[in-house]
Amino acid sequence: MSEEQNKIKLRVYRTNYSNDYSPRFDEYDIAVKRWTTVLDALLDAKAYSDSSIAIRYSCRMASCGSCGMKINGKPRLACYTKISELNSHTIVCEPLANFPRIRDLVTDFSQFFAHHKKIEPYVHNENVPTEVSNNDDLVEFKQTPEEVDKYLQFSYCIKCGLCYSACPTVATDAKFPGPQALSQAYRYMADNRDDGEKKRFKIIDERHGIWRCHFAGSCSNVCPKGVDPALGIQLLKGHLMGVSKHDKKIARVRTKEE
Amino acid sequence: MGLESEGDKSSDFNTYNAKAKMDNGREGLRGWLNPTRYGWERVSYWLQRLTGVGLLLYFIGHVYETSSLVNGIDAWNSMLELTQTTGGHIFLMLVIGASTFHTVNGIRLIFTESGLGLGKPGRPDYPYDATSLNYKQKSGIWVALLLAAIAMFYGGLVMFGDAS
Amino acid sequence: MRRTSFKMTLLKLRESQIMKIHYLTGICAVFFVAIHILFRVVMPFGQSLEYQNVIANYHNIYYVVLLELILIFVSIHGFNGLRIILLELKQSDRWESIMTILVLAAMIGIIAYGTRTIIVGSGL
Repeated sequence: MSEEQNKIKLRVYRTNYSNDYSPRFDEYDIAVKRWTTVLDALLDAKAYSDSSIAIRYSCRMASCGSCGMKINGKPRLACYTKISELNSHTIVCEPLANFPRIRDLVTDFSQFFAHHKKIEPYVHNENVPTEVSNNDDLVEFKQTPEEVDKYLQFSYCIKCGLCYSACPTVATDAKFPGPQALSQAYRYMADNRDDGEKKRFKIIDERHGIWRCHFAGSCSNVCPKGVDPALGIQLLKGHLMGVSKHDKKIARVRTKEE
Repeated sequence: MGLESEGDKSSDFNTYNAKAKMDNGREGLRGWLNPTRYGWERVSYWLQRLTGVGLLLYFIGHVYETSSLVNGIDAWNSMLELTQTTGGHIFLMLVIGASTFHTVNGIRLIFTESGLGLGKPGRPDYPYDATSLNYKQKSGIWVALLLAAIAMFYGGLVMFGDAS
Repeated sequence: MRRTSFKMTLLKLRESQIMKIHYLTGICAVFFVAIHILFRVVMPFGQSLEYQNVIANYHNIYYVVLLELILIFVSIHGFNGLRIILLELKQSDRWESIMTILVLAAMIGIIAYGTRTIIVGSGL
């Protein structure tokens, strides 16, 4: 695509379940530049052609994870996908697959978040209370940069749902936690402040748990933050199989004098 | 959603199972039957499944056909004739290819799903290529495909060579 | 009541244990099937499948044991694979228990049917 303006066709999936609306595609002609993102194009259409297009977005910089949608057949963040990189004069925007549809490009994340919540995604530590009301009771853990690197990658997850949408198991299995939740289970297992491993193993070593992942790698293929959920899930399986050696030492709490 | 919703974990699932009848947006079978969008690992997943189902069907058929052994030489020979046609040879070549791929790729997957050969977690950098989708894994898939092709070719040579 | 207790014993195995069985039976099957195929290629392919040659194979006790082991390993591995695919297809307690029972029944059926061939064929 050249520097000057270029016309593309933006095809947007339209539906509204509260009004018993049958789905259709609406087309908009949009003038784009080399740096125009799909979100820019959608907002252009919304501002100048059809204000009724429903989209969810917030930060416009791949930090909030709101604008996930299926763009030209693959789940992507609209704000992180430049039209020039798609090499196509027709851009098709559909709602994320595997999520219940609400209206147009907006999908319902409740089940996705419920799966995330089910793996108890917070630090479990017997020596530290979960709820603190008094500021003086707050504690700090001592963690080296190397120890942080073991889980840091997985903590970059923005819960945009792209991996959940790409996963072939999630496509048919509603009880499967999905790549996001499972990689977060690994994130806490790799975190040496956490000692809730046994509890989480019980949650994920289930009939519809971690073993329904068959390493199709699609989650890591679409992740916009380099979280690599497939890596976390396979490493977690290694621990469940007893292959990976276990040498996590629970981090010490910093004392008042330190 | 906050701490107060701790107790309704299961109700979250139930609500959406009921709603799911409307349009839960799930890709369904088409999701896993379409291997074209997400690279080689997805192809491997797809082939591993299809060859697995195919081999199970072949195995059941094989147990059934060899049972003609107990009915004497005539039953055995008439069964054997079925396999010694061009169609039978091509079918057996497919079985050979499927079993070779399923075996080689299966061994790769046993290592992979035990967390081996994937690389280490680290600080991701733009353009965020996933470490788990590395060339070690991809070449495992390619080798499985190549060996399957060679095995099919060799099987074809033996069967068609023998028949003529 | 009896159905629940039957179901409970089946469900005692954790998925990670079932996967270990899946991997082990897979690896064992590869080795044994390789030997099984070698029996077909030690002589010209056409000849090895002649009735008297096959019967001779069946009277070799090691080969009989090999066949029985292949039968068991491949059945467990294959039908567990089928179970996984079926469970991922549809989720409801009813479907899951019916499929688990059906798959187990089919597995036992195939093992029994194959064992009959082996026993009769070997003239034990």
